[in-house]
Amino acid sequence: MDKPQFVYVVYVATTMEKLWNALLDAQMTAKYWQHENVSDWKPGSRWEHREANKERKLKLLGKVVESSPPKRLVLTWADPADEGRPEKHSRVTFELEPMRGVIRLTVTHDLLEPGSRMLEGISEGWPKVLSSLKSLLETGQPLPRLW
Amino acid sequence: MNLDKVFRALANPTRRRLLDSLRAHNGESLSALCANLDMSRQAVTQHLRCLEEANLVTTLKRGREKLHYLNPVPLQEIYDRWIEKYERQQLQALSDLKKIAEGD
Repeated sequence: MDKPQFVYVVYVATTMEKLWNALLDAQMTAKYWQHENVSDWKPGSRWEHREANKERKLKLLGKVVESSPPKRLVLTWADPADEGRPEKHSRVTFELEPMRGVIRLTVTHDLLEPGSRMLEGISEGWPKVLSSLKSLLETGQPLPRLW
Repeated sequence: MNLDKVFRALANPTRRRLLDSLRAHNGESLSALCANLDMSRQAVTQHLRCLEEANLVTTLKRGREKLHYLNPVPLQEIYDRWIEKYERQQLQALSDLKKIAEGD
């Protein structure tokens, strides 16, 4: 199997539960990501990533592969146009770990198609999202519009 | 985030070169990174440790190998701290203009 394409780490001064909730709660993700993550978050369930505005346009979707609150969440990750083409689905793993009074969040993105638009978008997207998430949990303020 | 560590890590041309290598080929082993540098394995290891302590590089164990990834999150935090939202587009335009003018 190929190695992951991206591994991001951010340290957040918060609790495991708050950080876990911030990944799954549509209202929280709307604040720092400007998109709602929607699912019942049970393994096998579908999850959706929708614009947090009136149109609520579906931007990404996938399946919940693994959910071990509040430590590990594995999702597949795809463009809605590729819903029926599992070979085009990438995978995102969130790992939370307490470390010296803060939480270390590791985001690993793998199975991305080389040269794809998704791969290009990812490398720009995650650092912004993670920095905004950190800001929201630590200061109560997310970052200004990311996109 | 300890900003001192980030700036200290960046204030060295070899470490910036290591970050450039990872930007071009993410997830490299120590041997692959050493191949591009005229430097002892031990020296490269020390530079990587400094980058890791600053959270600019993150690592993953893969069998017997340790893979190194560029982690730009601390740089994003610096950007977010000092660049206001209304300046972002203008600064991007200026940066694009500079690239075109300098033929990058």
